[in-house]
Amino acid sequence: MMEKPFAITLDAGSSRANHTGSWRNERPGYVRNLPPCNAACPAAEDVQGWLFHAEGGDYEAAWRAIVRDNPFPAVMGRVCYHPCETACHRGHLDEAVGINAVERFLGDLAIERGWGIPVEAPASGRSVLVVGAGPSGLSAAYHLRLLGHAVEVRDAAPAAGGMMRYGIPRYRLPRPVLDAEIARIGAMGVRFALGRSVTDLAAAMAEGGHDAAFLAVGAGVGRKAHVPAGAAARIIDAVSFLHGMEDDEPPRIGRRVVVYGGGDTAVDAARTARRMGAEPVIVYRRTRQRMPAHDAEVEEALEEGILARWLSTITQVEAGEVTVERMELDAEGFPQPTGETETLAADTVILALGQDCDLALVEGLDGIEVEDGVVSVGPDMMTGRAGIFAGGDMVPAERTVTTAVGHGRSAARHVDAWLRGTAHAPAARPPAAGFDALETWYYEDAPHAMRPRLEAARRASTFDEVVSGLDETTALYEARRCLSCGNCFECDNCYGVCPDNAIVKLGPGRGYRIDLDFCKGCGICVQECPCGAMAMGPEPG
Amino acid sequence: MGTQEIRYFQVGSHAVGNRLLDPGQRTVQSDPERANALTCGHRACQGCGEALGARYVVDAALRATAGRLVAVNATGCLEVFSTPYPETSWQLPWLHSLFGNAPAVATGVAAALRAQGREDVRVLAQGGDGGTVDIGFGCLSGMFERDDDVLYVCYDNQGYMNTGVQRSGATPPGARTATTEAVGDAPGAPFGQGKDVPRIAMAHGVRYVATATVADLRDLEAKVERAMEVRGARYLHVLVPCPLGWGSPAALTVRIARLATQTGLFPVYEARDGEVTGVTTIRRPAPVEEYLRPQKRFAHLFSHPSGPAALARIQEAADRNIRRYGLLGDGGPS
Repeated sequence: MMEKPFAITLDAGSSRANHTGSWRNERPGYVRNLPPCNAACPAAEDVQGWLFHAEGGDYEAAWRAIVRDNPFPAVMGRVCYHPCETACHRGHLDEAVGINAVERFLGDLAIERGWGIPVEAPASGRSVLVVGAGPSGLSAAYHLRLLGHAVEVRDAAPAAGGMMRYGIPRYRLPRPVLDAEIARIGAMGVRFALGRSVTDLAAAMAEGGHDAAFLAVGAGVGRKAHVPAGAAARIIDAVSFLHGMEDDEPPRIGRRVVVYGGGDTAVDAARTARRMGAEPVIVYRRTRQRMPAHDAEVEEALEEGILARWLSTITQVEAGEVTVERMELDAEGFPQPTGETETLAADTVILALGQDCDLALVEGLDGIEVEDGVVSVGPDMMTGRAGIFAGGDMVPAERTVTTAVGHGRSAARHVDAWLRGTAHAPAARPPAAGFDALETWYYEDAPHAMRPRLEAARRASTFDEVVSGLDETTALYEARRCLSCGNCFECDNCYGVCPDNAIVKLGPGRGYRIDLDFCKGCGICVQECPCGAMAMGPEPG
Repeated sequence: MGTQEIRYFQVGSHAVGNRLLDPGQRTVQSDPERANALTCGHRACQGCGEALGARYVVDAALRATAGRLVAVNATGCLEVFSTPYPETSWQLPWLHSLFGNAPAVATGVAAALRAQGREDVRVLAQGGDGGTVDIGFGCLSGMFERDDDVLYVCYDNQGYMNTGVQRSGATPPGARTATTEAVGDAPGAPFGQGKDVPRIAMAHGVRYVATATVADLRDLEAKVERAMEVRGARYLHVLVPCPLGWGSPAALTVRIARLATQTGLFPVYEARDGEVTGVTTIRRPAPVEEYLRPQKRFAHLFSHPSGPAALARIQEAADRNIRRYGLLGDGGPS
């Protein structure tokens, strides 16, 4: 007698002979769309991709996924203005994922555990000179090393970091963190020539035997707007002031300080002055809403007791006092003088009216065009002169650390292609992962884990870090709030909701396959995919 | 409800699977080796809620009984689409007799197994709402009052869909069917008719009664598992949307089942010995229009002059459920 399964007495054919796939007039498929966080990241990080690893507790894989694009996770986790969080779809649901805090947690963990980055590419035999050891230059140096090139970084300052060291105050970016991430780049074999400015680019390239150069000297010159001032008035520009904080003798500013300007540098200067015991007042000619500074920075400054006078301009500076004039916005939103003035006591006036680039090194070089105080570059970041590339604050772009890091990454790829006689074509961007494609029902309601903050009163008097990091549990919780927009995170919904068992589960990390012999094309899998990682498409032919 | 609290915030406990969970805590349906009791090639329409619900239930029952399970099926869509001779989609011992006698056949199977001393083998009977609420109701009531050791599962798609969408005792008021056309002064199925079989089962004092839908897999699987822990008569009523009969897009089957629960029109609860012991509360309250609008069987409610009054009555019914079962989590079961 034949072996039969339990209690089966009659041979029957299986319905698997009936290929219901022939009923279908549309077919489901898996997609990988561009999540809003990735689309918004100026440093081109695969945010959703590294959060995926962090969610599973594999922090090293998550960190390695970050440093594929950005060598500064711990710095980013402190100073990036996180446009990813502004774009995050979770913001429509409850609150954006605290991406920046998780990045900082991973960056700090990497420093604590001493994770390094091996250079695996074979030596190319080519050499690149990077001028400027700021975020852009260091990022370019890092990526060029990863691609196998020899790299020398020159900077006029005695230490590497550029604006990360000489512009961003310590309470936002502690120097041991910056030092650790720069040291990691040094350990990859990047040579640093510090305290050596480049005045003659051609000579510097010839001297070092370099085949290409990447210029990233930043915008380190405080703009000198004309403010009528008496001979005894004490005026300093914000860039010099912040730079001076890294000297052995910090600048003397007195108790009553007026900071003139409304950008992030103005806020940094005011908050730094506050920590030196001063009572700073920010004077800005427009309203708070129109301040170019990031709102979180302004908010923290006000919490620390910094005063602000919106709609005011400085008309005269004398020893010990300034005269300010009240402004009014006209119909077009431009501030117009009213003629009403008053005086404020001021031992020092700090001007934070914008920054310019010192472009002396490109003066007289054929082919390099300068427009509005910045260097023109093509889409490949090359200047008009072959083999000379530029990025960061010295080219037209948003002036943030993250943008600069992105420039370095992008420039490194173009320099590499140029050195190899090819052209680098960035991969085409996949379609945007829209909020409407999500089925948010499946996500648990979970609010943002706020980073604990030092008491405003306490931080105002010290240079301790203002925003502290997440512990592991909180970081994991935060990472798991990611919706994984447009990319499968293996929740098994498609596998479960198919009435026809037409989805095959391939195992961890391998996703799913659609069995087109049986898929009737009902589309429930697409409809119920939480993260919009599936779409219906036409049948071929 | 009594299911384990799982707070992995990415998907919570609402998705089918979760790669971050221990395999032991995952659903039956997320298992790559699941039984697929109702396998591929069945002839249910695109997006059939009943085919989905039957696999969810029988796979969970197979796991709860370690595969020692016999199924008895009433006549209906589920029987017709799964067993056109000589094919079967069933991957377990399965019997079909008549439209109205599935509970009686199941009683007989349970008695035969008991006579053989094979009480490890359990019996599940299943049918649509026609076979349960109307045609097999006498047999079902008998099975209940005798407390026979059978889990009876009704897949409720609110009409006789297999024979051409006629009204059953489970068709909701206002719905258009082939026998309650959208014509006359009060189009669609009349108000004030129909049966609430889960409550009738509770009135029998049945040991375990539960309602569920294809929109909440974890809840459904937990209820099957709890039902199989009990000996004696048990009743599970599962709402399964029917794209054909309801005139809803095939892709929306799960979504519409979810809206039935979130509007309060289909209360999800469980009861032991005639008392409600737990309710699944509403997470995202929705007005009944949101549930009715995607279904063509209710289209006349949005065009006919009697529509607004009918909609108000349907909303009243939903609000009554919300009060009666404490679906907003404020009152608790009454």
